[in-house]
Amino acid sequence: MSASSESILEAFPLTIRDWLASVVPLDWLQWLILSLIGIVAILTVFGLTFAFTTVTERKLLGRFQNRLGPNRVRIFGIRVFGFFQPFADAVKALTKEDIVPAAADKVLHFLAPCAMVAFSLLGFAVLPFGKHLSLLSNIDAALLYFFAAGAASELAIFMAGWSSNNKFSLISSMRALAQLISYELPLLLVAVPAVLMAGSLSLTGIVVNQGGDLGILNWNVFTPWGFAGFIIFFIAALAECNRCPFDLPEGESEIIAGYLTEYSGFKYALFFMGEYFGMMSLSGLGVTLFLGGWQAPCAALAFIPSYLWFYAKLIVMILCFIWMRATLLRLRMDQLMRLSWKFLVPLALVNLGTVTFWKYTADWEGGMLVARWLIAIALVILPFISLGKVLSSGLGPRKYRYA
Amino acid sequence: MSLSEPIPGSTIRAVHDDFHGDLLEVSMGPHHPSTHGVFRMIVTLDGEVVVKLKPVFGYLHRNHEKLAENNAYLASIPYTDRLDYLCSLTNNWAYVHAVEKLSGIEVPERAEYLRVILGELTRLINHCCLVGFLLNDLGTSFTPLLYSLRERERMLDMIEALTGSRMMCNFMRFGGLRTDVSSEWLAQLKTYLDTTFARYLDEQDALLTGNEILLARTQGVGVLKSDLAINAGITGPMLRASGINYDIRKVDKYSIYDRFDFRVPLGDHSDTYDRYMMRMLEMHESVKIIQQAIKDIPEGPFIDPKAKNRGLRPKAGEAYARIEGPKGEIGFHLISDGTGNPYRYRVRPPSLINLTVLEDMCLGQTLADTVIILGSVDIVLGEVDR
Repeated sequence: MSASSESILEAFPLTIRDWLASVVPLDWLQWLILSLIGIVAILTVFGLTFAFTTVTERKLLGRFQNRLGPNRVRIFGIRVFGFFQPFADAVKALTKEDIVPAAADKVLHFLAPCAMVAFSLLGFAVLPFGKHLSLLSNIDAALLYFFAAGAASELAIFMAGWSSNNKFSLISSMRALAQLISYELPLLLVAVPAVLMAGSLSLTGIVVNQGGDLGILNWNVFTPWGFAGFIIFFIAALAECNRCPFDLPEGESEIIAGYLTEYSGFKYALFFMGEYFGMMSLSGLGVTLFLGGWQAPCAALAFIPSYLWFYAKLIVMILCFIWMRATLLRLRMDQLMRLSWKFLVPLALVNLGTVTFWKYTADWEGGMLVARWLIAIALVILPFISLGKVLSSGLGPRKYRYA
Repeated sequence: MSLSEPIPGSTIRAVHDDFHGDLLEVSMGPHHPSTHGVFRMIVTLDGEVVVKLKPVFGYLHRNHEKLAENNAYLASIPYTDRLDYLCSLTNNWAYVHAVEKLSGIEVPERAEYLRVILGELTRLINHCCLVGFLLNDLGTSFTPLLYSLRERERMLDMIEALTGSRMMCNFMRFGGLRTDVSSEWLAQLKTYLDTTFARYLDEQDALLTGNEILLARTQGVGVLKSDLAINAGITGPMLRASGINYDIRKVDKYSIYDRFDFRVPLGDHSDTYDRYMMRMLEMHESVKIIQQAIKDIPEGPFIDPKAKNRGLRPKAGEAYARIEGPKGEIGFHLISDGTGNPYRYRVRPPSLINLTVLEDMCLGQTLADTVIILGSVDIVLGEVDR
């Protein structure tokens, strides 16, 4: 994988990797080192991203809520607006007592947080982080692999809820499973259009398909079906990561902390880590499917290495997640499922039709091009309005009378 | 088909009968994030649907009534602060109102105006808290709560400037108030209500009242039928949310409430959303009352100089006096045997009586709904348990 025509920056990670591998003379060891370097790089980059996402989230929530957020932690007298907080948090989590309930299933109770982190890391293996950066770039069915691996993290939540032997945890794990089943479907269904357009299940193929002379306008999100797909994807991703407004498994107002109720210390931190890794990998998938992956928005900005573009888009997605959390209320369980089955799934199915139309009208020109856009937009908007009407029927602001 | 559709308890029943599903009994509280204190609900769940709910309270019992029977009349005023610790001024007011009725003490004009101002300010504080905590129960990550608490802080600052205490005010006296109010304070309060607080109300309305998720979560949830509300003795915004026009400020016209122009909002759907909206609309009305009172307040004594506070010995007899507190009818029943402390002292706590219909509102709703229904009842455990 030589990158002679690319800029030095673009090839920089590869150069480092090749150099490190070349230090080792043995062939089989070289192969091992090559894969290990990739894994270590992902763990480091996303581990640090996790750490700083937690503090960014707390700072941003603070600002959303008219307060400062954490700003006390300092190292060697340096206080960078409290951005050393995650290190203090890590030390605290590691030194806290690990409490296991007497009636818990000890083995499962221990395994659940480990499984959570492990499963949530699997998704990173297939994400194309940059032009040449992907751990398993040669997997053809990368998308299928991603969903298979992503769904497994709910198993960890169920393990945690079941093994804790706590009623709140049990309710929470049941909720988590119901939520998984409800939201995996729209997530998959809106990924299909991108596959259809690219003609490939490979994530790299999907990203390459979004490149071209038009730059940012080639991204899937700037087509009618892509826009609808991105919104549905974002909502379903929120639910998939158990983030607000779909944080029902953790619904602290009724079931305390759900499956986390009986966890303390570093096990708790591992769940947190798993949740954030899941959020990052799903954001990465969203970026890949709809936001052009590592493509720069226009050719003039292509001098910035592709992996930085990917990372920037991923951060923007995560900031949107945080924004949602600061703004929205939690849905009820039945409403959550209704939203999925009666709104998102039908919309995603209609979206499949829209993308088929889009694909087979790719050669329409001139006035037909306008018609193509109008028809596609109508195919997106009309179901949205009609299904939305049904969904919110009977609801609305009220007029009040005065005595 | 819609998000507002209530869960049909009967159909869920039938499905579960086929599976021979067990019921799950969950003890929520006394240590639980959303029971607003040490309140406990023993909830029996069928899946997520509540089939039985048993409230348990008394964890915060402090023997308030018996303590007052062994105290001089004056010494009970600071204790009443601690009943409903969010609205100490209305508690004070209800108590001194009862003692004044018992011993026939007159209240000067200026003191009545100041009592109305402070009482309505307390209502604003209470409703701010309620709206914030209710939205927190609905699953927002503290955002609306902190905005509400910011306004509450500002109002508490005003109250602190006047009474010296933020929550335990101990400010009302038999025949008036403890100190007078400066005109600067009144001007400051008026400016605050006209600008900052008005902005807060608009913001709340714009951002939350029409929010789709808020509507879906609260509309049609926790319906309290008006006949049940009457039979259970529900009062305050909860009763008015059930469509009953009963506001003691209008019914009794106690103090000088007949001089102010304000309206009483009424709900038609008796659900959690109506109870939320009652509070929002009442805040607008309270602001109107305070503005009128500040405009009309006369000069004069702030306490009847002849009124005896220390060593008060009312003639033998009994009196019940009530006012419209932020949570409902707060009343005190006093029996005097002519000595320096009451023979019998009884509080009518709106929180406790409004709480009695909790199970009726929660049956057939989901576990997540019980929390917001409880939140919309507006309880303070200090008053429930006394």
